[in-house]
Amino acid sequence: MSSKKITPSQFKHIAKLAKLKLTKEEENKYLSQLSSILDYFDILNKIDTSKVKPSFQVTQLKNIFRQDKIKPSLNQDQALSAASKNKNNYFSVPVTINK
Amino acid sequence: MDITKLTITKIQKLLKQKKISALDVTKAYLARTKKLDPEIKAFITITDELALKQAKKIDDKIQKDQKIGKLAGIPMSIKDIYLTKGIQTTAGSKVLKGYIPQYSSTVYQKLINQDAILIGKTNTDTFAFGASTENSGYFTTKNPWNFDYIPGGSSGGSAACVSSSMSVFSMGSDTGGSIRHPASLCGITGLKPTYGRNSRYGITAMASSFDCPGPLANTVEDIAVITEVTAGKDPLDATTSSTSVPKYSKLLNKHKLKGLKIGLPKEYFSGSIDKQVKQKVLETTKFFEKQGAKIIDISLPSTNQGIAVYYVLVPCEISANMARYDGIRFGQSKKDIKDLLSYYLETRGAFMEDEMKRRIMIGTYALSAGYFDAYYLKASKVRTLIKNEFIETFKKVDTILAPVSPTTAWKIGEKIDDPLQMYLADVFTVCINVAGLPSLALPCGFSSNNLPIGFQLIGNYFQEDKILSIGHQYQQLTDYHFQKPKL
Repeated sequence: MSSKKITPSQFKHIAKLAKLKLTKEEENKYLSQLSSILDYFDILNKIDTSKVKPSFQVTQLKNIFRQDKIKPSLNQDQALSAASKNKNNYFSVPVTINK
Repeated sequence: MDITKLTITKIQKLLKQKKISALDVTKAYLARTKKLDPEIKAFITITDELALKQAKKIDDKIQKDQKIGKLAGIPMSIKDIYLTKGIQTTAGSKVLKGYIPQYSSTVYQKLINQDAILIGKTNTDTFAFGASTENSGYFTTKNPWNFDYIPGGSSGGSAACVSSSMSVFSMGSDTGGSIRHPASLCGITGLKPTYGRNSRYGITAMASSFDCPGPLANTVEDIAVITEVTAGKDPLDATTSSTSVPKYSKLLNKHKLKGLKIGLPKEYFSGSIDKQVKQKVLETTKFFEKQGAKIIDISLPSTNQGIAVYYVLVPCEISANMARYDGIRFGQSKKDIKDLLSYYLETRGAFMEDEMKRRIMIGTYALSAGYFDAYYLKASKVRTLIKNEFIETFKKVDTILAPVSPTTAWKIGEKIDDPLQMYLADVFTVCINVAGLPSLALPCGFSSNNLPIGFQLIGNYFQEDKILSIGHQYQQLTDYHFQKPKL
């Protein structure tokens, strides 16, 4: 099933943005599911919001500041304890840029 | 006396009178868990050794006549999205399998500081994405009332656990109904507090402007005691409110039912609602009328857009929050991969569950160049409309009464291939999260096939005391909350 909202090539682009490697099977399944979900969102267009401001939070909080003071925190061993790989007290990752 | 049938207040009284010990209580709950959980599957991790150790410590304090905490000797369970220092926390996902947190969530720490006893970590849909626990990366929890049915979700492990008396209470989280929905489907009581009432610190984030940690228990009274402990400003979560925390348990009879104005929103009694659910929920209005309350017909027209608003905004926040699961600092990862991009792609592709990938895809799409205005911004504007409708309504009523779930529990497997149908199970709960209001779910009867039905009392911002008081008085005169599955 193909969607009017999302084409297979767009779908691939989104997966790339989201850093998700999907199998062919997953692609087919999600593409059709996403299509019906996106169609459902059309219900929003029935509402006139031309004079409405968006809400990004709901309890009217504004600018929560705190003192910029150093407080106790995890030491290096603790911080690294769940890492898949570490080296010389740093997180270790595969090569980022190939020469 | 069956210890596993007592409330928090009752257990505490017996402990202080030295009629029972914390070890007795803990052993009774652990024995029940050992017997029932292999079938119900409410727990991902059972912390029996830790529980016994904690219990002994409390008994020691009692023996020495030292001061004990407000929840001393009370066995609790916690949804596996709460970080518990030194105890595996999976968020119901293979992504975090084996993850041992280096610190604890604020809410868990507050409960432990009051001497509550941790029995274990409960099952959930992966990262709380779902309404049935079928999206868990581990297994599906069964409804204690009928093992062929789902317990609701996402805090389904927590609800099943309390419903089957494997713990006195459980902590869950409610982003779109995840406390109220399973509470309702399992016949127990659950509170979704106002956004910012309980700290989110140390709880795996789903949608940060929606997530609300909260309790599931057998009675409103228990909920009040727990909320007194957990609520309040937390410097580690800037979105927590500095509004003072009332002594909820002392205010349970404060708001008299006589003269109380209860709003009945017509949009919550139409459409997909099951006939028996509608009937049982409407019967509660007769109850309140008899007690002298006034039932006022109201309309919340934007309710019909609730699901769409929710399922645009929440996946957007999810896609941002899930970016941290890169397999580098925590979580499972693919080995022997040569470059960073492949590492991300392979790791996330391999360990993330279906629903996680689906929601990341929806959110990434809705936030991507060219679509932001049509989806995220549009939904954020309708969010304002939904919020304003509630604000206007609360000028006229004290509380809003509505069903929690349009149906009773459904059979395991029934909706798993149709995510949109699964999303629609949240139709009566999401708007409350979109607006950030508190809401209390309570049991109010059973369907013809003996599955629990619940209703909710929605309150104005930070008026937990009022809905708890109304709910408590309802439970003083009804006994649905005492009915338990035969196990």
